[in-house]
Amino acid sequence: MTAVETAPRAVGASVKRKEDASLLRGRGTFVDNMALPGMVYMAVVRSPYPHARIGRVDLSAARAAEGVIAAFSGADLADDWKGGLPCAWPVTEDIKMPPHFPLATDEARYQGDGVAVIVAESRALAKDAAELVEVAYEPLPSTADVEKALEDGAPLVHGDLGTNECYVWKLETDDVQAAIDAADVVVTRRYFQPRLIPNAIEPRGMLAQVGPAGDVTLWSATQVPHILRFALQLVLGIPESKIRVIAPDVGGGFGSKLNVYAEEALAVALAKRLGRPVKWTEERAENYVATIHGRDVVHELTFAATRDGRIVAVKSVATCAMGAYLQLVTPGIPLLGAWIYSGPYAIPNYSVTFTGVFTHTTPTDAYRGAGRPEATYVLERTMDALAAELGIDPLELRRRNFVTEFPHTMASGLTIDAGDYEACLDKLLERLDLDAIRADQAARRDRGDVKQVGVGFSTYNEMCGLAPSRILGAIRYAVGGWDAATIRFQPLGTVQVVTGTSPHGQSHETTWAQIAADQLGVSVDDVEVLHGDTAVSQLGMDTYGSRSLTVGGIALYHASQKVIAKARRIVAHQLEVAEDDLEFADGTFTVRGSPDRSMGIQAVAFQAHAAHNLPDGMEPGLEETAVFDPPNFSWPSGAHAAVVEVDTETGDTRLLRYVAVDDVGNPVNPQIIDGQVHGGITQGIAAALFEEGAYDADGNLLTTTMTTYLVPSAAELPSFETDRTETVADNPLGVKGVGETGTIAAAPAVINAVVDALSHLGVTDVPLPATPERVWKAIEEVAS
Amino acid sequence: MRRVALTVNGVRHELEVEPRDLLVYVLRDRLGLTGTNVGCDTSSCGACTVLVNGESVKSCTMLGVQADGLELTTIEGLARNGELHAVQQAFHDHHALQCGYCTPGMVLAAVSLIESGEATDEDAIRLGLEGNLCRCTGYHNIVKAVAAAAGVSS
Repeated sequence: MTAVETAPRAVGASVKRKEDASLLRGRGTFVDNMALPGMVYMAVVRSPYPHARIGRVDLSAARAAEGVIAAFSGADLADDWKGGLPCAWPVTEDIKMPPHFPLATDEARYQGDGVAVIVAESRALAKDAAELVEVAYEPLPSTADVEKALEDGAPLVHGDLGTNECYVWKLETDDVQAAIDAADVVVTRRYFQPRLIPNAIEPRGMLAQVGPAGDVTLWSATQVPHILRFALQLVLGIPESKIRVIAPDVGGGFGSKLNVYAEEALAVALAKRLGRPVKWTEERAENYVATIHGRDVVHELTFAATRDGRIVAVKSVATCAMGAYLQLVTPGIPLLGAWIYSGPYAIPNYSVTFTGVFTHTTPTDAYRGAGRPEATYVLERTMDALAAELGIDPLELRRRNFVTEFPHTMASGLTIDAGDYEACLDKLLERLDLDAIRADQAARRDRGDVKQVGVGFSTYNEMCGLAPSRILGAIRYAVGGWDAATIRFQPLGTVQVVTGTSPHGQSHETTWAQIAADQLGVSVDDVEVLHGDTAVSQLGMDTYGSRSLTVGGIALYHASQKVIAKARRIVAHQLEVAEDDLEFADGTFTVRGSPDRSMGIQAVAFQAHAAHNLPDGMEPGLEETAVFDPPNFSWPSGAHAAVVEVDTETGDTRLLRYVAVDDVGNPVNPQIIDGQVHGGITQGIAAALFEEGAYDADGNLLTTTMTTYLVPSAAELPSFETDRTETVADNPLGVKGVGETGTIAAAPAVINAVVDALSHLGVTDVPLPATPERVWKAIEEVAS
Repeated sequence: MRRVALTVNGVRHELEVEPRDLLVYVLRDRLGLTGTNVGCDTSSCGACTVLVNGESVKSCTMLGVQADGLELTTIEGLARNGELHAVQQAFHDHHALQCGYCTPGMVLAAVSLIESGEATDEDAIRLGLEGNLCRCTGYHNIVKAVAAAAGVSS
């Protein structure tokens, strides 16, 4: 135990991470590092066809192969499933929700759909045997194109539905069309945001053990141990009370591990059948077909405005790929952006329509930003288009439309608690030196340089911190959005924090310790944060959607207050004063007016456990749990700028600078915030310039490895220039989410910059991602 | 099976390996050195980078039998007497890791880059780490950390 830290406070300081000690030494507990006695390995046989009828599945050669313990087809395991893999977000009453079992039985509906499974004594032997499985596939027509899938006669993903349309969802204020019809200027633009493959560097993996009493332990590389525990009971028919899910160190998620996957159910079912622990580790090529993708959305966005640049209406019509099945929250992903198609702007008339569409492709689901990058991209790109149409500077147009008074209730119906959008943009411009960039641009244009520069902006807000349970209920999400924290003083004054959040890179072990340390007046070193094990944290809703701090962190605040309240009762009793006569500061209770009469909270912890002298009826111990359901979402915002250099002969784009000013409320740990922003920006830049999960028209994935799907390296990126403004959010810590801000803001800033660099040539748009070929074509098209 | 003798982190091991076993699986599954991670099938991500006779090598590009007679350093062998290597310490100081999965490979690639004298400035560091992918940090703090460990400005 170390001395009580008083000043400076831990919150607001760049405390170095507790997580690093093991990770830097190669002592991470990633699930593939684990082994159990008797452990066997699973391999999944996957359909090479995007769509095929499954005939005979011949497992005889595989079963006879060296080291093989068992092999099963989808039909063999059909009775193991109490239910299908769950979709928790039926967004409309009449949504079509086709059954989705861990292995396909009748038809394979995307390339990578599992059709059989092998269990063998080693990883290599399981893989060898998987190649011996002979499946009589009858290839069927297929489509991977989200718009063509809606056409008459398109091959159906689920024939019995009679359509590929999954749902149509609408959010609209009255008289939108009238406002558009009456407007001075109407601008409509169309955009396609391609598929993105999340690419957590740790692929998925799991290890399942089922005891003789039917008790299940599943170690999984998951973001959502609590949701997974809940869902597994539905799939497997095993009571939740018998299921323990452990998320050990998890090597990144970005939404891709926010799911309930076939392999998780298979591993448990096979461990139960075979009485041996079953392990599965995804390979990268397998990850590209078997783990969810993001995006794949076509938008048509309309702005209606007055001649002097007041936007009077926004209308978005989007066609959104679901893939072949609905995973955990597939249909709801567009809805996560549905309320922010007005962005940081005051737009009185509002219309958003999403059509969800099945295609013969890997299911889509949450990928960093989930719905909000989609909305922000089309909004910020069209902002520049409208500025060009009106002949108004793009930044001036944004300023004319910024929301300036808070709290602000948007036309979409939700209320933003706090923000200062002007301040973000002002600070961005202080750092940017726009005049110098424009002068450089003008000089290059005058000289007719091959390499032209451009600058692009994105002013955004976003809606995160999932989420108020009542709102989730109203939009048909199946479960709540609360989270929980427990604070447990040990007898000698050290503290355990048990959190329902499940970090996988977000540094909660450090930042939660900072929050608890300040509230309780103990040292950060005295606080240990426990997470990612449903046997340790019974209550939790896990980590995604930038929710952990604004939900789990606030739960931690409330648990602190409850612990302090109990400690106060003990001190009042022992010092024989009224509770109101005690002040609590820096970890010490002091009797008002008698500074010599005091008791530290760590001493109270000992008294609470010794229980020699507690108030009548008080239970021993000093431990409290709080469950917090947020009354509102969290509303970070910011202003980002990208400066690019485009080679007009080759189309090659080089990002010269990236400047970001974000308002994420009170900073808990500035260094960790910066890290989140850097990573988020990078994924947005990647979407703008490099990454595309491409299918051919039939649904054969073309980008099957990291050699064809271009995750950027250090060599493609500059260092970033980041800064913050702070408005205090409406919660006890004044904090906002930060995990997705960069991804939401970056792609439109970069593409706006590319278009700006080429605007003198007449280029008005470049498709995503803006590869050299696409940029070159965009230049050629306007030249011819 | 083939008999090989290799020295890892100063400890000599003699073992029988299958000719097809990749070095990374010999390290992980046979020697229990699970700090070396696997991130892809195509030698793209660099998570499995180790030092072979002092030079960074993606251990999924070598067979275990090819390591016969060689000296290897994995992430477990980098800290000495409980003290982090300067690169590990710089990663901690500069928050150059988030999930930590790419970190062992990234650290060893950086050690090799610095020891070979190639980490001369930010551009050289970025180019030198091109073979190691990180999905969390955007490389900003990794570059800062490597520059600090190399004693160059970033």
